[in-house]
Amino acid sequence: MKKTILSLAAAIALATPALAETVKVGIAAEPYPPFATPNSYGKWLGWEIDLINAVCAAAELDCAITPVAWDGIIPSLTGGQIDAIMASMSITEERMQAIDFSDKYYNTPTVIIGPKGMAMTPDAEGLKGKIIGVQVSTVHENYVNAHFAEAAAEIKLYQTQDEANQDLAAGRIDATQADSIAMDSFLLTDAGAACCESKGAVADDPAILGLGVGVGLRKGEDALKAKFNEGIAKVIADGTYDKISEPYFASSIYGN
Amino acid sequence: MPALAFALDLATSLDLLAYSPPGWGANLLRGLANSLKIAFGAFGLGLLIGIAGAYGKLYGGPVLRDLLAVYTTVVRAVPELVLILILYFAVTDAVNQLLVALGQPRIQLSGLVAGIAVLGVVQGAYATEVLRGAIQAVPPGQIEAARAYGMPPVMLARRVTLPAMLPFAIPGLANLWLIATKDTALLAIVGFGELTQETRQAAGTTKAYFTFYLAAGALYLMVTLISGTLFRRLEGWARRGQPSLRGTAS
Amino acid sequence: MTGRPAWLAPHRIVMILALAAFVAWSAASLRWSWLPKYAPLAVEGIWRTLWILAVTSVLGFLLAVPLGLAQAVGPWYLAAPAHAFCTVIRGTPLLLQIWLLYYGLGSLFPQFPAIRNSELWPYLRQAWPYAVLALTLSYAGYEGEVMRGAFAGVARGQIEAATAFGMPRLTLFRRIWLPQAVRNVLPTLGGETILQLKATPLVATITIVDIYAVATRVRQDTFIVYEPLLLLALVYMAIAGVIALVFRRFEARVPQRRG
Repeated sequence: MKKTILSLAAAIALATPALAETVKVGIAAEPYPPFATPNSYGKWLGWEIDLINAVCAAAELDCAITPVAWDGIIPSLTGGQIDAIMASMSITEERMQAIDFSDKYYNTPTVIIGPKGMAMTPDAEGLKGKIIGVQVSTVHENYVNAHFAEAAAEIKLYQTQDEANQDLAAGRIDATQADSIAMDSFLLTDAGAACCESKGAVADDPAILGLGVGVGLRKGEDALKAKFNEGIAKVIADGTYDKISEPYFASSIYGN
Repeated sequence: MPALAFALDLATSLDLLAYSPPGWGANLLRGLANSLKIAFGAFGLGLLIGIAGAYGKLYGGPVLRDLLAVYTTVVRAVPELVLILILYFAVTDAVNQLLVALGQPRIQLSGLVAGIAVLGVVQGAYATEVLRGAIQAVPPGQIEAARAYGMPPVMLARRVTLPAMLPFAIPGLANLWLIATKDTALLAIVGFGELTQETRQAAGTTKAYFTFYLAAGALYLMVTLISGTLFRRLEGWARRGQPSLRGTAS
Repeated sequence: MTGRPAWLAPHRIVMILALAAFVAWSAASLRWSWLPKYAPLAVEGIWRTLWILAVTSVLGFLLAVPLGLAQAVGPWYLAAPAHAFCTVIRGTPLLLQIWLLYYGLGSLFPQFPAIRNSELWPYLRQAWPYAVLALTLSYAGYEGEVMRGAFAGVARGQIEAATAFGMPRLTLFRRIWLPQAVRNVLPTLGGETILQLKATPLVATITIVDIYAVATRVRQDTFIVYEPLLLLALVYMAIAGVIALVFRRFEARVPQRRG
């Protein structure tokens, strides 16, 4: 029986009362518009930030938003530096082995974007010989590896989606696959509008893309999980969810 | 045409650097303050470790000397980035496990404390070597004379060894301080809000990568140049009254 | 002290046993199941790290020679820029320099369509030219400062003697000045190369898959944190050890008697 550090950390987590104190909600420290971006006052803004506040209020949790590097966000959770992750983290099989998830709170289509004027379809045929950039350890990386690995000339991995967008604008990669909302937001910026356009949504693969985005939690913290589920259900039921979404999105991003 | 667009771009980017929002100047300066805090703390911690380590290497028993050799060798052979990741994840984990074992509630190490601890351990290895060399450069007669007068070890260190070795140590320590200020940039990898991380966030949000990286470079350079001047003054001060020490020491 | 080898001292035996116990414990109770899957990638990563290290150290040294020379004896219009270059490189974090070159320059490309149509574009769109450039400049900046001292440290009498014999300036440089300056810096070169090795993982932040990037990938794919990092530290220590040995050999072959 191997005693792992992760399970040790989880055991420690069990031993401490988590609900009595402030819940540190980890977000990625890198800008991810329109979900979470820092403004020049050093304050974090965005749809996901609004949602965190609403869910915490509905669940009667005292939350503190804590930016953590995406790279270290799961070790930070299991190591106890944060108590929950709300950083547009998709629910995946691999992550389920390390951490637990609440119910999903959004699920949006996945699109391919590429340079303007380059003929490209969002399938293996259209991406033949292209260099595709994706953010590391995301559902998009899994999808690209599963569907486009043979067709693509190269799959480049980025620490943040922002860097992949930047390299797409610079012409260093031919396409990137990501969440449609985040991509819409990028295509609205000057740099995005000048260089790139959407090539359409990829074919659905429920096994990889279907689970949506949830709150990441340490394994075994069922009480906190129940609180978050309750909060999410409440904001959806009482219309807060739609009210938060209205300034950001034309239609609901909850998905089906 | 592109040249004109480029010039226009630079003009708008200068607005981005304005001190008050919507400019990002205040963010960069806040990052700089954090960087300096960490560099200062790490340098101080490194000095403490270095003094202890140098004494250990010079006067300690064989076990202590070997352990210190392992410490300095490992730290100087492994990239700081890797050490930071190992220590950053491991130190907080270890502290918390210890606290839980003692029945205390878990604490969260702030990025500041973790950064200082991690970079301090790295600095300590280099400081050990610098200070050991400097202590060895002190003419042995001075230390022996103090011992002959029956000066207790702590007073000997405070009154003779440390002040006498200072002129030899300052160039090396100045270099270490510069390394400390630059190594704080590596904490951007673990998401701590120092200058490089603040710069990356500002650049990513505004897409003015070139402007922000240049501005941050200028800030780092300023720190380097100012501390270079200060350290030269300090060296002059430490050498006061012993102008030809270096020449006669050998 | 006594006749037996140094490592046979009792406390050393205890330390070696402790290390062996630690290795055995790591092998037995930490998770290594990811190793076979990532081994080919890791070999590729080590190869890339070594390649970048070798290329940038050699290029950086070649650049350091004129930088050192300009600062030691050059006229002010060469000495000043060389000094400014070394100050800027040594005064700013390498990570920032790499990001400025890669993302900063990259953000300027769309404004100049000519670049994209040029023949250099297939290279410019890859990451390694930026990594090689940044690390080369960095090595040159640090070593240029060292070379300045080395050139200045060559005894004046020798240069005067050579001039008195009517030796042409280029021959003087090639036969007398450069070899002696290089010999002066040789003891520092090993250390500088190890520092350069420690700088290489930064290129992983601009999508180059070196050994550090492979370890990051393992961590991100499997959420196993410590094991890949420990192994990574071991790999760097092994490479640093080999570098130290090679330079010690190299140094031993250079005659040390000073004329």
